[in-house]
Amino acid sequence: MRRNWWKILASLLLIYSIIAGLLLEVPRLPILHETIRNLYFHVPMWFTMIILYLVSVIYSIKYLASGNEKHDLMAVEMVNTGIIFGFLGLATGMIWANYTWGAPWPNDPKLNSAAISTLMYLAYVVLRGALDEEQKRARISAVYNIFSFPVMIVLLFILPRMTDSLHPGNGGNPGFNSYDLDSSMRLVFYPAVLAWILVGVWIANLKFRLRLIENNLK
Amino acid sequence: MSLTKQLKALLLKEIVLEWRSRYALNGILLYVVSTIFVCYLSFRVVAPLTWNALFWIIMLFASVNAVAKSFVQESRGRQLYLYSIASPKAIILSKIIYNTLLMLLLSALAIFFYSLVFKNPLGDPLLYFCSVLLGSISFAVVFTLIAGIAAKANNSGTLMAILSFPVIIPLLMLLIKLSKNAMDGLDRTVSYDEIGVLSLINVMVITVSLLLFPYLWRD
Repeated sequence: MRRNWWKILASLLLIYSIIAGLLLEVPRLPILHETIRNLYFHVPMWFTMIILYLVSVIYSIKYLASGNEKHDLMAVEMVNTGIIFGFLGLATGMIWANYTWGAPWPNDPKLNSAAISTLMYLAYVVLRGALDEEQKRARISAVYNIFSFPVMIVLLFILPRMTDSLHPGNGGNPGFNSYDLDSSMRLVFYPAVLAWILVGVWIANLKFRLRLIENNLK
Repeated sequence: MSLTKQLKALLLKEIVLEWRSRYALNGILLYVVSTIFVCYLSFRVVAPLTWNALFWIIMLFASVNAVAKSFVQESRGRQLYLYSIASPKAIILSKIIYNTLLMLLLSALAIFFYSLVFKNPLGDPLLYFCSVLLGSISFAVVFTLIAGIAAKANNSGTLMAILSFPVIIPLLMLLIKLSKNAMDGLDRTVSYDEIGVLSLINVMVITVSLLLFPYLWRD
């Protein structure tokens, strides 16, 4: 119980954010209308993905320092879960874009960057598949993981700000917070972010433990 | 031996080895010239926007091929020997510098031949040439570590492409924007942003390469 409290917290927050996100009052804005509720689902996906990739990089660094196989397994499962959240972020974003910007894939730098960074992490998975020897695979994929993380940061946070983008907070657009994320939305948005991050870590943790058991059985 | 001394010796080794066989050098120069010619015969005339994009795509493929060779052509025995006498930092730095020189040569030839067959008015030729040089340095810097990673796996050709393309795209987007500015002859102050970010990314990549290569090298 003492070790699992965060799982209960994650479940409760998730249930709260879904119910409150769909039922509570939201500000009425032109173009967005009711689709603004997607903020509670689309944005947390990206936050979770970035947190998972960050944890993965930390474990990759730890692996290079220690050579402990568990750190490598943790790094790869964090990336695997991060990729799932990346795809979920793309899917929720495409549905949202379809209703607000008129097309599922408008030519927006942030969209393209997100797709490219997903490609980068898929390449990581392919790289692992190409190497047979376990220690070599762990070491080389850790090197690639650490190498690609700063590039992802450039892709997602620097490049979109240099050009015009439809996303808020880019290309001179003000961020969501500054004008329309009013306090009632914050009450749902922050718990939703926390809930999805915890769920992401939980999924990765389960996958890691499953992998550990599989390895022990071999 | 100090790092600079090792660096000098390794760099000299790379250049002398290359000059003796000239296989990789001639191969890659011929590769870029024939690619340009294939593009010329297929397109004949292109719009300015396509002209710029096409040039960078040709450079991308040529540089992937040029840099991918740098680790593959070394035998296991020679790698072990180098590992025992030189520090990994000197090895990766010498490779980066050598690849940069190779890419500078390659891109100078490519831009000369490309503008010879495809005629396109350039607004600011000097800045365009600078963007080409900056681009070739960036390609060399980014691809060197990835070539090292890909060389450790067996089917390194495909792996080199899938590992490097997503990583190079942010740089490529900046380069295309910078060279587009130069092509349109915009005021140079407009392009300072791109030049700054590009140089920053290059410094970052070199630092990360220096930190990570010792782990890659160990076998």
